[in-house]
Amino acid sequence: MEEVRILSPTAILGYGFPKESFERGLEKEPDLIAVDAGSTDPGPYYLGAGISFTDKTAVKRDLKLMIKAGQQRDIPVVLGTAGGAGGEPHLEWCTEIVKEIAEEENLSFKLATIQSEQDIDYILDKFEAGEVSALSPAEETTKEELKASTRIVGQMGVEPIIKALEKEAEVIVAGRAYDPTVFASFCIKEGFSAGLALHMGKIMECASIAAKPGSGSDSMFGILREDHFILEPLNKDRRCTTTSVAAHTLYEKANPLELHGPGGVIDLSETEFEQLDKRRVRVTGSKFIEDEEYTVKLEGAKKVGYRTLSIAGTRDPIMINELDHIKEVVRETVRDNFDDLSEDDYQLLFRIYGKDGVMGDLEPEDEIMSHEVGIVIEVVAKTQELANTICSFARSTMLHYGYPGRVATAGNLAFPYSPSDLKAGEVYEFNLHHLITVDDPCALFPMELEEV
Amino acid sequence: MSETKNIRELIDVIRSKNAGPYELTFDFIFKSFEIYDKVKESGVINKELIAELYDIPVDDVISVINYDPAKAIKATIVRPCSSGAVGETDVYGAQQHAPLLSIEIPM
Repeated sequence: MEEVRILSPTAILGYGFPKESFERGLEKEPDLIAVDAGSTDPGPYYLGAGISFTDKTAVKRDLKLMIKAGQQRDIPVVLGTAGGAGGEPHLEWCTEIVKEIAEEENLSFKLATIQSEQDIDYILDKFEAGEVSALSPAEETTKEELKASTRIVGQMGVEPIIKALEKEAEVIVAGRAYDPTVFASFCIKEGFSAGLALHMGKIMECASIAAKPGSGSDSMFGILREDHFILEPLNKDRRCTTTSVAAHTLYEKANPLELHGPGGVIDLSETEFEQLDKRRVRVTGSKFIEDEEYTVKLEGAKKVGYRTLSIAGTRDPIMINELDHIKEVVRETVRDNFDDLSEDDYQLLFRIYGKDGVMGDLEPEDEIMSHEVGIVIEVVAKTQELANTICSFARSTMLHYGYPGRVATAGNLAFPYSPSDLKAGEVYEFNLHHLITVDDPCALFPMELEEV
Repeated sequence: MSETKNIRELIDVIRSKNAGPYELTFDFIFKSFEIYDKVKESGVINKELIAELYDIPVDDVISVINYDPAKAIKATIVRPCSSGAVGETDVYGAQQHAPLLSIEIPM
């Protein structure tokens, strides 16, 4: 092959894209349609709970267009981080959607699914063998912490997807995958430079976010050749500029010159961006430097309890002035009333919007400047019932507390909702952001092939 | 005394975002290469400044990197807690940029 032509319809499967952009991409005769379907960005809940953060109807709409186009043109459709987090339930959810589409559209094709959820006992063994290390600034983990994990996924590199392509899979549903891999695997399999392929994938996984004006729900086209790649947004109202593309290279990463991924580093120190015409940018010079030992990133989430929230506001300047004091009194009253509970049983938090609700400890302003503030009373407890109990008690205490100087005695809080307390369910935290050393890049990622 | 300009006059983009669940990264993308070069030369945006603006130890500022091709400066800090942890305030990390808007650059 002299070049690989790739269509990236959208930044995340389910975010949507204009049909017109997508069709313009098809007219350019792509060799591959690929999409990234997930991220750790929405937080630990989705990984822990095994639920997608994208909506089924929206995912199905995007996938249907992609799979039909792939089948019509006899080109592969690859999607990575299926179901948003890439765990077993996520993969199952997404595969089910693919099968529904096949049935409804009367299609039959070779489907590869690549698992990325890890067996916790296996990870424990590797940890004890010293093959699991923290990815800074996460802290080193412990046996207990690993055992507490609800779900662990590994982030696959290009190798498992290449394997599926070699088996001539027509649709590939991959679990947690390093974002660029869904684009780069095909290119690397065809013998193109891994550095350029991965760099192109890093930009294309966000589709038109790298254009100007940017959009996460519009399509991008990429062409990879021997020593360069070219990017072009598929909506005529958008342009790629050297700065929009270069700026995207540094998006969401700590270091724009070195992008670490499975098996090595994309070295961008000699990368050059060149404006080809008004809407297209050419990129050269990106290199891939293989690590001596192949490592895979692990992501884990653990359940830390159940949450109940009460959302309220205050417009009383005397109350606003006394908020710190009021919070302390409510906290003490709760502690006193439930003195049979230990500190581990629940956490009570007050989020003060209008003060430091957005920035927390990083907030440099220490005074409340607003005439009204939002207060979220939050409880995370061992059980939902306990979270409900503590939240209800804290809410009623705050509502009626006679703080110093109070003149408004009807109630201290304005509630926008009835019921005022919202049961938010299970709460998870990330507990693993570590590297595991492997001999075989495919070892953690078993593949299944089937005809659908 | 040389004159200073507020950074808002000099930038196209100032943003914060997660770089994974354990890091928070700030991007400054300047209006022109000329402005970028001046800011870079001034050395005003450095680890100490970021630490001061967010009231965090300098050691928690992981890096401040000039990225010429994008006329951008990037700073990355340790997240006060991992994304989505109990007590966290900004899961995507996308609203942590405000203190940067007060930076004054000698021009």
